[in-house]
Amino acid sequence: MSVAPAGAGDLHHLTIDRPDDFDGWREQARTMAAAYIPPECIVWSADGRGERDLFGGPGRDLAPIPSSQRSVRANKAFLRLARSVMLHKEPARFALLYKLLLRLQDDPHLMEKVADREAHRLTVMAGHVRRDIHKMRAFVRFRAIKESDGTERYVAWFEPDHHILRANADFFLNRFASQRWSILTPGSCVHWDGKVLTETSGANRNDAPAEDATEDLWRRYYGSIFNPARLKVAMMVKEMPRRYWKNLPEARMIPELIAGAQAREADMVAQGVDTFPEALPARLEEIAQDISLCRRCPIGCNGTRSVPGEGPERARLLIVGEQPGDQEEREGRPFVGPAGQLLDEHLNRAGFDRSLIRVTNAVKHFKFEQRGKRRIHQNPTAGEIDHCRWWLDAERRLVKPDIILALGASAGRALLGRTPSVAKERGRLHPLPDGSSLWLTVHPSFLLRLDGEAQMRERNQFQHDLMQLRAML
Amino acid sequence: MPRQREKVQRSVAHYRNGTYKEHMSNLSLSERLEILADAAKYDASCASSGTAKRHSRDGKGLGSTQGMGICHAYAPDGRCISLLKILLTNHCIFDCHYCVNRKSSNVRRARFTSKEVVDLTLNFYRRNYIEGLFLSSGIVKSSSHTMEQMIEVARSLREDHGFRGYIHLKTIPEADPELVERAGLWADRVSINVELPTETGLAKLAPDKDGKQIEGVIARIGDAIAESRDARKRFRHAPRFAPAGQSTQMIVGADEANDSQIIERASHLYNRFQLRRVYYSAFSPIPDASAVLPLKRPPLIREHRLYQSDWLVRFYGFTANEVQQATDADGMLPLDIDPKLAWALGYRERFPVDINRAPREMLLRVPGLGTRAVAAIMQARRCHRLRLDDLSRLTRFISSLRPFIITADWRPTLLIDRLDLRARTTPPRQMELFG
Repeated sequence: MSVAPAGAGDLHHLTIDRPDDFDGWREQARTMAAAYIPPECIVWSADGRGERDLFGGPGRDLAPIPSSQRSVRANKAFLRLARSVMLHKEPARFALLYKLLLRLQDDPHLMEKVADREAHRLTVMAGHVRRDIHKMRAFVRFRAIKESDGTERYVAWFEPDHHILRANADFFLNRFASQRWSILTPGSCVHWDGKVLTETSGANRNDAPAEDATEDLWRRYYGSIFNPARLKVAMMVKEMPRRYWKNLPEARMIPELIAGAQAREADMVAQGVDTFPEALPARLEEIAQDISLCRRCPIGCNGTRSVPGEGPERARLLIVGEQPGDQEEREGRPFVGPAGQLLDEHLNRAGFDRSLIRVTNAVKHFKFEQRGKRRIHQNPTAGEIDHCRWWLDAERRLVKPDIILALGASAGRALLGRTPSVAKERGRLHPLPDGSSLWLTVHPSFLLRLDGEAQMRERNQFQHDLMQLRAML
Repeated sequence: MPRQREKVQRSVAHYRNGTYKEHMSNLSLSERLEILADAAKYDASCASSGTAKRHSRDGKGLGSTQGMGICHAYAPDGRCISLLKILLTNHCIFDCHYCVNRKSSNVRRARFTSKEVVDLTLNFYRRNYIEGLFLSSGIVKSSSHTMEQMIEVARSLREDHGFRGYIHLKTIPEADPELVERAGLWADRVSINVELPTETGLAKLAPDKDGKQIEGVIARIGDAIAESRDARKRFRHAPRFAPAGQSTQMIVGADEANDSQIIERASHLYNRFQLRRVYYSAFSPIPDASAVLPLKRPPLIREHRLYQSDWLVRFYGFTANEVQQATDADGMLPLDIDPKLAWALGYRERFPVDINRAPREMLLRVPGLGTRAVAAIMQARRCHRLRLDDLSRLTRFISSLRPFIITADWRPTLLIDRLDLRARTTPPRQMELFG
C-alpha cells in the first residue's frame, strides 16, 4: 500500500465495492483518466476482502474529485482484457489496468502490441483467470441433500484461486436451472432456488454436506476407466493440480491406483504369457509323461489324471475331441465314455478301421464341477484351450496326419486359433499351415444331449460328415 | 478371489451351455459399473467438444453444451474423463483378437438395462462429474438388436428427461443402416472404429469385421451429416444430425502397419469422409489376450508421435505426404524427436525463417512455434519489428527456436548447417518410460 499518510492532498483513495466489480472500477478509472491523474497518485482498494487500505482511510476519495477534462476511450480488446483481469486475486490489478488505460489514450494500437511488457503481464493474468474459471466448471462436485420440503438440493464446496464465482454462476445456471443448487466458497456463496439467484457471504467447508452415496459409484468408475498399462502421472497432475484434490471425491483413490498400477499391469501381461519351453518333445511317450506334470492352466492344477492321445504313432487320421470326461479320467484313456462309444459306433458304420486312427483331446485334463457325488463336465475356456494347444501341436508334428477331424468348437479352436462356428463351417476342408487339413463336425456328446427327432437328424448329419471324410481318405 | 473366479467361470459355463439366463443380474450396480467401465477403457476418445450450443436455462430438462468440452477429472493414465464411458454390455458374439470382450475371452461379463444407464448418466451429470455419456457395446443377439438398445438409451435421455448434455454413440457397422441414421438424430457424435490401419490386419485380427462395410457406414453417416447441415441452412428447424461430427479409432501396434501407412489411412479418412477426429490407441496388454497378439507394453510414445502428425495435418497445413517424408526408411516416425522437427531437419534449406516477414504457412513450419504463438507473432509484427526479447514473451522455448529463425536482432549464422543440429535440438531423453 501507499506510504503516503491518509488524507494527503494529492493522493486519491478509491474503493471498489466488491473484488470483482468491473463497473465500479470503470466509473472511477474513467473520471481519473479524464483528469489526467497519474497512476502513482491513486491508491485502489477493494472492499469486503481485507484488501482495504491498512491506514484506515474512510474508503472514499479524500482529494477533491477532479472534473472531467477529456473524453476517455477504451477499445473492445481492452475492455475484454479488463473484465477478465478484474477477477484476478492480485491486489495490484486495479492499478495495472489503470496504467494501461492511460497509455491506451496516447497509443490507440497498444492492445495489438501483444509483446508489450505491461500488456503481456495483464494478458497472462487474464489467462490465469480463464483457467480458474474453466477448472471451476470442471471440478465443482455437488452433493445431494434432502431439504425440509422433500426436494433435493445440490450443494458444492469449492475454493477458487480468483474472484470468479459470480462470473461463473451463469454457466451453472445454464446447465442446472432445473435443479436447486448452492456453490459455497470462502469468499461468497451463490444459491439457486429454481427462480432467483441469491448471494450470501463466504462459508467454510463444514457448511457443505460431507458425503453423497453416488460418490462411491463415481469412485468405482474412476478406478475402472483408468488403464494401468499406461501410467502418466505428470500429465494428470498438470491438468488436475494437487491443490484441487482435497475437494474431489475421486482424488483420494489416486495414490492407491498409482501404487497398484504396476501389479495390475503385470497381472494383465502374466495372464497371457506363454511359459512353455523352446524345444518340442521328440517322442509321444514324452508328451504323455510331461502332460501329467503340466500346471500351466487351472485345469492342470485341479489334481485330475492327464489323458494322453491313443493310437498308432503315425496315422493318416487324427481325431481331436474337447477334453477327457469323467470315465476317461478314471481310466486314463481318451474316448472310452458314452461319447466315445457313440463315436466308435458311427466310425464303424462309416467303415473306418479304428486301429488305424489316433484319437486325442484339445485339453489334456478333465475340467469339472463337483455336484454332490457327481463330477459335472465343464467346457474349457478359450485361454485354457490356447494354452494346451502347445501339446496338441507337438503331437501333430510327430503323428503327421493328413487330415484332422475336430469334434466340436473347442477342438476347432485348438487347431484354427479361433473359435469356429461348427454349424457354418462343417462339411468342408480347412487347410492348415503345416499342409494337413481340418475336417470339422460336432462333438458326439452333443448328440447325446439331444433326444427324439432332433437326435435322429443330428446323428444322420454326423454320420454324413464321417462318410464324406471316409471318401477322402 | 478364488471363489469369485469359480463363480464367474460357472456363469460362463452356463452361458456357453445355453442355460444362461441373466446369471449376472445378481451382480450389484457398482460391480457391473466396474466391469463395463473397465471394458470401455480401451476407447481413446473422450471428447465432448465441437457440438451445437445448448442450455437448459428455461428450467426444463437438464444440461448444457458449449463449443469447448470440459474434462471433469484426469485419471493417473493422463487421460481426461469427460464422459461416462461405458459399455451397455460386454457380452459379444464377435471374436476380434485385440479386443478384451471377444467372445472367447475369459473376462467377467455384465450388462446394464437402458434405464440403468440413463439413471447413472443423470445422477453423475447432476453432480457435475461428467459432460455426458459415451455409450458403446458388445454385440448381443445381433448387431441391429444391440444398436436398438443403445439408441433407446439416447432417446430416453433426450425425450424422457430433456437431457441436453453430450451424447456419443459408438455405432455398430453391421447394424441396419436405418438404425445408424437414427442414432445420429439423438447423439452429438457418432463413431465407428476402423480398428486396424490395414485390410490385412483387419482380416487377421478381426475376422468377423469387414473393412468395406465399415467404410460404407462411415460414408453414409458423412452424407447424413452433410445433408443435415445443408438442410439447416434452408430450414431453421431441420433436425440436427450428429452436430459434433463423427470420429473413428485405430489400434496402433497390434499389427505390422508402419507409421507411414497409418498416416496414409488417416488422411484418406479425413479427406474422403470429413471425419472430425481419428484417434489412435496404443495396443495395451489386455487380460486374457489372444495368443495371436504381441504382449508387451503399449508403444505410448509412438501413439503420441502419431497424434502430433495428426495435428500437423489438421492445424499446421502439412499434407500427409509431407508428414510421411519425416519417417525413416521403415516408414516409422522418429521416437526421440517430434515429427515437425524431423521434417525441418530434413528440409534445412527452407530455414531460417524470418519472423518479421515470413507468411503464416512458413511460420507454422518452424519447430517450436504453435498455432497460438504464430497468431501472436502475426499480430505483434504489424506494430514493430520483433526482437528475440519480444519473441520470448510470445513463445515458450526461445532457445530451441534460434537455429530456425531470423529476428531483428538475431540471425543464426551456420547453425542450420551444423551436423549436430539434431542433437542440439533434441530434448534430453526421458528415463525409460515406454519400453
